[in-house]
Amino acid sequence: MAKTVDGLYYSESHEWVKVEGNVALVGITDFAQHSMGDLSYVDMPEVDDQLEAGEEFGAVESVKAASDLYSPVSGTVIEINEELEDSPELLNQDAYANWIMKVDMSNPAELESLMDASAYDAMCQGN
Amino acid sequence: MKYYDKLIFDLSKDGKQGYSLPSSKWSASVGELPSGLCRTVAPELPQVSELDVVRHYTNLSQMNFGVDTGFYPLGSCTMKYNPKINEEIAAHRAFASLHPLQPASSVQGVLKIYRELSRALSAITGMAEFTLDPFAGAHGELTGLMIIRQYHVSRGDLKRTRIIVPDSAHGTNPASAAVCGLEVVQVKSNASGLVDVEDLKPLLDDTVAGIMMTNPNTLGLFEKDIRNIASLVHECGGLLYYDGANMNPLMGVVRPGDMGFDVLHLNLHKTFSTPHGGGGPGAGPVGVAAHLVSHLPVPKVMEAEDGTFYIADGACRCPSAPEGAGVFGKECGCMPDCVCGCQSCGQISGFMGNFGVLLRAYTYILMLGRQNIRMVGPLSVLGANYIKESLKDSFRLPVPGVCKHEFVFDGLMDQSTEVTTLDIAKRLLDYGFHAPTIYFPLLFHQSIMIEPTETESKETLDGFIEIMKHIAAEAATDPETLKTAPHTTPVRRLDEITAARQPVLQYKDMCI
Repeated sequence: MAKTVDGLYYSESHEWVKVEGNVALVGITDFAQHSMGDLSYVDMPEVDDQLEAGEEFGAVESVKAASDLYSPVSGTVIEINEELEDSPELLNQDAYANWIMKVDMSNPAELESLMDASAYDAMCQGN
Repeated sequence: MKYYDKLIFDLSKDGKQGYSLPSSKWSASVGELPSGLCRTVAPELPQVSELDVVRHYTNLSQMNFGVDTGFYPLGSCTMKYNPKINEEIAAHRAFASLHPLQPASSVQGVLKIYRELSRALSAITGMAEFTLDPFAGAHGELTGLMIIRQYHVSRGDLKRTRIIVPDSAHGTNPASAAVCGLEVVQVKSNASGLVDVEDLKPLLDDTVAGIMMTNPNTLGLFEKDIRNIASLVHECGGLLYYDGANMNPLMGVVRPGDMGFDVLHLNLHKTFSTPHGGGGPGAGPVGVAAHLVSHLPVPKVMEAEDGTFYIADGACRCPSAPEGAGVFGKECGCMPDCVCGCQSCGQISGFMGNFGVLLRAYTYILMLGRQNIRMVGPLSVLGANYIKESLKDSFRLPVPGVCKHEFVFDGLMDQSTEVTTLDIAKRLLDYGFHAPTIYFPLLFHQSIMIEPTETESKETLDGFIEIMKHIAAEAATDPETLKTAPHTTPVRRLDEITAARQPVLQYKDMCI
């Protein structure tokens, strides 16, 4: 059973967003890491990249598959989680404790189109 | 089975040799070579006896699994039996001793085979003309997309840079499109596992170069809306590309040309029984509809009016053409009457493909003949449905109904013991079967994709069904045995994740 965490925002493409002021921490959900299996590589954006909501910003790879990552929010990448370069398994260990990138949001109103934990949970159940 | 992974160098002992040659008066000639061309250190060749060599390669070959050793139900790969007569013909001295640079006048029979194979493939698929040049299915995809791009460019329609690919497509489709410089746009499947026409419609505009489709698709389902999809795509000015990976169930029954496809590739190593896998030579001929013939790659094998064959290198032969016309896209101005290459997508193979592979496919077609080739599809479909219906109480069948040559289960019916598709696949190895395709298509989380092909007997299918039911029972009573499988193979469960994260690519301390 995949976990969710209250207080985060969730996208249909299985990313989560944690808001700290105007900064969005973005990661993949527990459902996503569980579906992918053991991750072997995380492809991340570069700092200063400009992203539009819904735009591809990287990918996760496992022995089963590769899956693109889509940014739930628009803005500028201000930091990436370099630990994931050598230790992609951190996302398997705890998908919510390990963010992938931090985005300085240009349009925080976009958060309203994302799901809360219970809506996301319901979507995954439907899968 | 005993594990064997030695290199031939591991067997080497100084002074060992397989045979010795008598001294020759010609050996002195080596001394006449300029000293700069002679080696100063002996080459590091393995020193082994003939028996060492025989045992080494026999042992290595036994570490392999192929269609000749057992059932190989690898979905979307069509691992059918490769009849041995294909090999006999390909090994015949008349073919095996050919040189790629022989003049056309000395290889008339070979050029005739090129033309006849092209014509047979045209008859089977309903396409106007073929190139036999591409070396593999994905190479055929790239060639086909280059033809599509060339078609739009030649009409001055430069906006068409997007290609539509369904979410159930083989991974090579978006990859080939990306290599061809096209932007990939995904179209969703509907609940029945078919391309969602309503999702497709808004994507169709004047930036669409075409759509790549596999029919039947990777769920083994016939895209029954294909005629409708073809008109929609054609109306917006795009072309239809047919991925021939799943041609097997349709051969001799339905033709992609009649469905409305403009370009296709065939995998001769799937549908036409040439050797498959292991990175060996493949062949992915590309067929086109009449309006795309001028965009085929060069050189082409042509038949002259007197019945002889020649290789058209792309140069324009028309008397009025400027010098060099037809080569590397230089316009000749004589179109559409001449056969030159000025409208061609380019050259994609140095010597017109893998002739040995083409020859095997030609043999296969002739051996089956016009009547029997129609039995391939129905028998492959019957085998797949027989397995599906026999196992659907033990495994989850996400899309019920009649399938074509392959189908997809979504893991075990009872997943309470958390036995995964990977565990099932590994356990099958213990029972002497090759694993099916797993975790593809990506539409489901526990995909098991099974394709038996028409060459397997009912006894083989029954044996497989029995073992699959047995594994499903084991999953309930003894899940640990599955989670640690395989147990009888030369190597046990491999650590795939460490192999991906920290690959060791060097054998011991060998360094060249």
